[in-house]
Amino acid sequence: MQFLIERFPLYLDGAWVTVQITLGGSALAFVLAMAFGILGTIKHWLPRAVATVYVEVFRGIAAMVLIFWMAYVLPDLTGYRLDRTFAAILAVGLNVGAYGAEVVRAAINAVPKTQVEATVALNLSWFQRMRLVVLPQAWAQMLPTFGNLVIELMKATAVVYLIGVVDLTAIARQVRDATGETVIAYMGALLIYFLIAQVLIFGMRLLERRANRKLGRTPPGGTGLGALLRHPVVPGAGGGVSG
Amino acid sequence: MPPSETPSAETPQGGAGQPQIVFDQVVKRFGDLTVLDHLDFSVEPGERVTLIGPSGSGKTTILRLLMTLEKVTEGRIDVAGEPFSHMRRGNHLVPASESYLRRRRRSIGMVFQQFNLFPNMTVRKNVIEAPVHVLGLSKGEANERAEELLDLVGLGDKIDAHPTQLSGGQQQRVAIARALAMRPDILLLDEVTSALDPELVAGVLDVLRQVAETTDITMLCVTHEMAFARDVSHRVLMFDKGQIAEEGPPEQIFEDPREDRTKSFLRSVLDNGF
Repeated sequence: MQFLIERFPLYLDGAWVTVQITLGGSALAFVLAMAFGILGTIKHWLPRAVATVYVEVFRGIAAMVLIFWMAYVLPDLTGYRLDRTFAAILAVGLNVGAYGAEVVRAAINAVPKTQVEATVALNLSWFQRMRLVVLPQAWAQMLPTFGNLVIELMKATAVVYLIGVVDLTAIARQVRDATGETVIAYMGALLIYFLIAQVLIFGMRLLERRANRKLGRTPPGGTGLGALLRHPVVPGAGGGVSG
Repeated sequence: MPPSETPSAETPQGGAGQPQIVFDQVVKRFGDLTVLDHLDFSVEPGERVTLIGPSGSGKTTILRLLMTLEKVTEGRIDVAGEPFSHMRRGNHLVPASESYLRRRRRSIGMVFQQFNLFPNMTVRKNVIEAPVHVLGLSKGEANERAEELLDLVGLGDKIDAHPTQLSGGQQQRVAIARALAMRPDILLLDEVTSALDPELVAGVLDVLRQVAETTDITMLCVTHEMAFARDVSHRVLMFDKGQIAEEGPPEQIFEDPREDRTKSFLRSVLDNGF
């Protein structure tokens, strides 16, 4: 314990880098997921094709391979060198964004057709329909899966030490190499990853609760704050609220 | 309600104006299934028409065509003297584009069997969003209109409630207010009481009677509520197999049906507790 406490500032530096890449990557993934997910729901073939290409390309490439591309191949090809941390954000964002786009597309398609018909009857434009009716309802559907993706993304950042970014995993390695204490060095990383994950999960459940409340549903698992710590019981499937 | 109270005395017929809605040889097919079969009929401005008939006879499809939720397979629909299902290009007609439809359907509103309120909005938002965003009303004007209409449907005190906190009948009355907030010339009512518990039906029908008595909105109404049809409509169209089997004023259709198909349909409705 003493061992870890002495090196706590070191671990904290690494954790901060991990958090930065996680948040940056999540923000990028979110924007990409929304953009390509919405494109994927448009009737015209062209936007749909664009969405499919993005999803299939970046879903198919391992995050680690993407990271190497961003860090080593791209500079070779273009002569332009990206900041390593930024390259890492780009790689995990592009990768997770592809999964997210599928989540967004599915959630939008799951909004009942009758809701869309009501927007036609009120003569809303496509843009108004999306903004006022479809996305707010799809949002509650997306969140549980987004929560999983954020955790996945956070864990995927552990490979960025391979391109020389000093994240939490890199620190654990350094500590191990310097002291030979493998178990304790990695125990420190494990604990901090776990803590970060718990904070992310808590945040996502807050968002979920808010989204469900806006749809007039009781949050799954009860209303107390304590409910946020429990694993939710089957999150409100489908949009069957209007019946 | 005794027939003397029916507003049908002031039937807006024989006026100089042109019909507001014209179906001209309209065919609608879903795959191999022909739902409307070369249908011709027209509706006068301010007229209230009830469509009755067995399920699958195409009544609801007529409303959905007018709301542009479906497209005609053949034939054409005109509204207010202008092509509706089609638009002019040079001197012939082509199927209407989305932007043309958006312009033309502005005058039409619809109330659905399942209410279709937006669950992500309060009652107030449900009613004001379209007037604000589509008609360009200010928030204040839209709110005023919403309060007025919610009072009309008897739900002024529920304006900040959430749709899920309302009964089916209350939700449907909000849906009526929402449709009226767009000030439509034509109101389409698609089996608006069919999804309601029996004790909630009367409240919704009372609201619609009031709308019928106090406005001159053209109403097309698909319903199984024969008493309501008799009270408010100027004309009843009996549908069967995608065509009009019989039409006439409600007194004649209900008391003296001439077609066997109408007789047997009315008998079956009576057996189901009318």
